[in-house]
Amino acid sequence: MSKTKNKVVIRTEYCKGCGLCAAVCKKGVLQTSENLNKQGYYYMEPAEGAECTGCMSCTLVCPDLAIEVYSE
Amino acid sequence: MKLKNPWPIYFKKDVETHYCPGCGHGIVHRLISEAVEELDVGKRTICVNPAGCAVIAYNYLNVDCIESAHGRGTAVATGLKRARPDLFVISYQGDGDLAAIGTAETIHSANRGECFTAVLINNAVYGMTGGQMAPTTLLSQKTTTTPTGRTSGNDGYPLHITDVVATFKGVAYAERVAVNGPAAVQRAKKALKNAFQAQIDGLGYSIIEVLSPCPVNWKMSPIEAWKWIDDVLSKEFPLGVLADRRPKAV
Repeated sequence: MSKTKNKVVIRTEYCKGCGLCAAVCKKGVLQTSENLNKQGYYYMEPAEGAECTGCMSCTLVCPDLAIEVYSE
Repeated sequence: MKLKNPWPIYFKKDVETHYCPGCGHGIVHRLISEAVEELDVGKRTICVNPAGCAVIAYNYLNVDCIESAHGRGTAVATGLKRARPDLFVISYQGDGDLAAIGTAETIHSANRGECFTAVLINNAVYGMTGGQMAPTTLLSQKTTTTPTGRTSGNDGYPLHITDVVATFKGVAYAERVAVNGPAAVQRAKKALKNAFQAQIDGLGYSIIEVLSPCPVNWKMSPIEAWKWIDDVLSKEFPLGVLADRRPKAV
């Protein structure tokens, strides 16, 4: 059971792996995946065990609207 | 769990944009769709698309769009707004489009105070055609047509088109913003909303210049491109409000 109240979901087929979301995330929630999506990019994925604060910085800078943030 | 960032109504769902990773166009598209939604003008919005990378913005923006010839976005927008003053008209243009081939249309539509909003995406190169020198290219910046760097003797100086336009009395609102970070994106959205509100209030021409990263043609990573905007590009093109002739609130 995770302690976090927020959850980041990447729409992987839309992500181009530019890494801007990971650059603005203070908590290191996002990392580059080892897998490719159908566009041929290494997409971003939520890191194991990192705690999202729901600050929405990543959604502000994502050029591809590829990030969804859920909170309780 | 509740979704905190619902999809903007005026951005088409389930389309992958064709822009390169880290491009600023996607951010500005999203900001425009959010701004027209918040100002409740989406149903009567027409976006005039440029020649350039954003030429197929109609595939992404869920508002009515019209395609203009290269540089003639503000001329098309003038016609639209004069024929149908009830419409909300945005002319979305790049720097090679608005500041090079479309200089005459830009300057005269601004000087006439036509009541629409121009959005200038300034990335200091011609992006779509492969990174040639644009009027806004910085001195000593390397592009495919200035492989040793732009020189003032041969190529002149960077053109500050928004500063020129801001001096005209027909311009209600002019601001230069950037999209290289969460705070900058929020300022850009506020600027867009100010410009759109000036059009809704019928105050005249409004223009927002957006310093937008072009990592591929700058030959940088997206994060280096953000830093380059802060360290270099915004020194030549300082951010801020360039003209504000809106009536002051009492």
